[in-house]
Amino acid sequence: VCIHRVRSCSSIRFIKSKYVCVFDKSALKFSHQQRLFRTSAVSCGQIVQFKLSDIGEGITEVTVKEWYIKEGDSVSQFDSICEVQSDKASVTITSRYDGVIRKLHYSIDDIAFVGKPLVDIEIDASKGVAPEEDVVETPPMSHEEHTHQEIKGHKTLATPAVRRLAMENNIKLSEVVGTGKDNRILKEDILNYLAKQTGAILPPSPKAEIVPHLRKTEAVPAAPRDKARKIPLPVSRPIAFSGKDKTEPVTGFQKAMVKTMSAALKIPHFGYCDEIDLTQLVQLREELKPLAEIRGVKLSFMPFFIKAASLGLLQYPILNASLDENCQNVTYKASHNIGVAMDTEQGLIVPNVKNVQVCSVFDIAVELNRLQSLGSAGQLGTGDLTGGTFTLSNIGTIGGTYAKPVILPPEVAIGALGKIQVLPRFNGKGEVFKAQIMKVSWSADHRIIDGATMARFSNLWKSYLENPASMLLDLK
Amino acid sequence: MVLQSLKNRLWLPCILRTPKACFWSTASGGLIIQSVSNDVYQNLAVEDWIHDHMDLEKQQVLFLWRNSPAVVIGRHQNPWQECNLRLLRQKNIKLARRKSGGGTVYHDLGNINLTFFTTRKKYERMENLKLIVKALKALRPQLDVHVTDRYDILLDRQYKISGTAAKLGRTSAYHHCTLLCNADKFVLSSVLKSPYKGLKSNATPSVPASVKNLFEEDPSLTSEMLLDAIAKEYATQHQIDHHITLINPADETLLPGISNKTKELQTWEWVYGKTPKFSVSTCLNMAYKDSVLDVKVNMDVKHGRIEVCNIDLPEQWLPSGLYRELVKSLTGSKFCPKETTTLVTTLLRVCPQDDELHCRWSLLCENMIRLM
Repeated sequence: VCIHRVRSCSSIRFIKSKYVCVFDKSALKFSHQQRLFRTSAVSCGQIVQFKLSDIGEGITEVTVKEWYIKEGDSVSQFDSICEVQSDKASVTITSRYDGVIRKLHYSIDDIAFVGKPLVDIEIDASKGVAPEEDVVETPPMSHEEHTHQEIKGHKTLATPAVRRLAMENNIKLSEVVGTGKDNRILKEDILNYLAKQTGAILPPSPKAEIVPHLRKTEAVPAAPRDKARKIPLPVSRPIAFSGKDKTEPVTGFQKAMVKTMSAALKIPHFGYCDEIDLTQLVQLREELKPLAEIRGVKLSFMPFFIKAASLGLLQYPILNASLDENCQNVTYKASHNIGVAMDTEQGLIVPNVKNVQVCSVFDIAVELNRLQSLGSAGQLGTGDLTGGTFTLSNIGTIGGTYAKPVILPPEVAIGALGKIQVLPRFNGKGEVFKAQIMKVSWSADHRIIDGATMARFSNLWKSYLENPASMLLDLK
Repeated sequence: MVLQSLKNRLWLPCILRTPKACFWSTASGGLIIQSVSNDVYQNLAVEDWIHDHMDLEKQQVLFLWRNSPAVVIGRHQNPWQECNLRLLRQKNIKLARRKSGGGTVYHDLGNINLTFFTTRKKYERMENLKLIVKALKALRPQLDVHVTDRYDILLDRQYKISGTAAKLGRTSAYHHCTLLCNADKFVLSSVLKSPYKGLKSNATPSVPASVKNLFEEDPSLTSEMLLDAIAKEYATQHQIDHHITLINPADETLLPGISNKTKELQTWEWVYGKTPKFSVSTCLNMAYKDSVLDVKVNMDVKHGRIEVCNIDLPEQWLPSGLYRELVKSLTGSKFCPKETTTLVTTLLRVCPQDDELHCRWSLLCENMIRLM
């Protein structure tokens, strides 16, 4: 009971619109209220000037900073219209009406004045119009025990306090089951309804209207005290999927990828795949990992793969070459700048380790650590991202076995490494043993590289990794 | 009347350790809450959540929070104009854009943040600031602190120790302010100095001020003491218990929808994309082969993306086709070093493999990236 009193005495302005809502034929019901409101005559598509209301603190002017709507947009009551700023305060101006925006009176950075029109809104003719002035007298208490409200022909009984609660929570009274006398909606009913909603209640979209067949009893399970109400059979609705296609322009990063990949397509690719037994390498890395950690470096498998690739490139330098635009000249690059594909939020970037031919496995590990931390912070420089001559892509960290990598111009070869799997294999004695198997998929430019060269390079690379001790012989 | 616990809208029932019987009854109700998180995005999300979902009619709320190093810009400000973004990235200091107006501030654990939530009608900044001054004077009577008409709090009549900003919605409003206890002044002054030249915009500019920590005035003061003193004064004025409720901004059950708010505050579209339209008009001085090239650059940036880009290069310094490609790629892409670096290095893959050309390209691009 105490709620009633508090609600009626304060925040008078909020009661206004719901009372003058729908006219239909029963406009006469409002006769006792008409003396309280200055309503403008309702006609089809009437334009109302929505004035900038008082901001408080004696402020008379503000700067318009952002429009949330544009001319022609539909708005609902309480939708945000614009953001204005005054003296360190940012104010969100919301619409008082449902309708369509017809005119914006200010542009961004203009000074707007309190009390002057902000936007022109064309009011929807089927709905009521809220009074222009905020001053509204409280209707006398005795008449307020039950105020009728018709929504699409459905009568809903509720006291002003209950209506206010519903309005503040963006609840349509027609969706709530009333458990009071004459199916009146009580405060408990609103609270029950709210409790059954999950998460934050979003304001209704301008397009969402209450369609006649969506009776409230379908949406909300009946409250325990529901006696007299007859529950109609639920109407079976087809499952409506309201997702919409979203079109975005291709910009920035994606644009760059489009360019690169289109150029890559011009390269005639051929593929060559194999599997590598990394059992010995796995063991070696386990031994060396703590040593590297003492030196403050994380040692993965990549430094070994990269160094082995460089040793292979020394024997097959054509894989570290570049073909010019007209396919007239092949440039054999002296430096082995081996690129490592990295996955970031935006997508694929390929920083490279410079001059692997003169780096030790540890040097490569250090450099990889540096590139990885810069990469995840998004701070890689142009130097790190250009000058690559050969690329390895460790897609296995995400998953997969064989792949079909695309060569990154101006390079002529690329390798994709699958994940390391424990698989049964036969050894020399015909016994089955546990092997750590990784698949590799190479792609090369068939204009200057032939299958045999690729295969031999792959075999050499494979032999270094399957028998890491052999790398010692050729390490420079 | 039995009050059921609502997920949103009214209050936070489950976390109050002293259950309130019927908080309708207090005429001037109040609630003091403190965040357990030091993440600026989470804390800003809490502010936003309270603003959107709590009914402040019956009780006002005081929210206390502190952040790990971060720069917070006002709703309508330009981060390039306000701070040294390069330095922020290097030092891993976060950048956040809040929803209230006002200027740019540096937060760290030596700075406390206070947010006063009220209904729109009861929005009153001066009263809040006077409350803080009263609390400070009660704690240390000899402190010379007073509120200016610009809503700053000054120490010794000259040093700013608090800045204010506010957000007004349809039914609720909040006024938040900082209070410098023991922040790192060196980092503060270096990050709040923008190195970017040639920026022209209508974004709200910050007004620089000399600052001082309360700790410098009285080394016995700590952030905790100040928070406590202010909470005590608030409790007294609102006739409530001096009881601070801790809240966890990651608690989705308590604050449904909070993780979405937190995520939104971290998106590039919000932090950078909400920058009002601005233009960059500057001259790159590029040292190239014993000479210095003056290259005029003009760019218009809208929603954080490059709308128009003009680079005044000497004739044929870059092949015209490549120059056009560069401008075409930059147009529509983010005014962001990360994105631009990726763009230009990728573009390099598809142009002629000429060392001289690569050298020029890298020089130009690196200079362009420095503008961002």
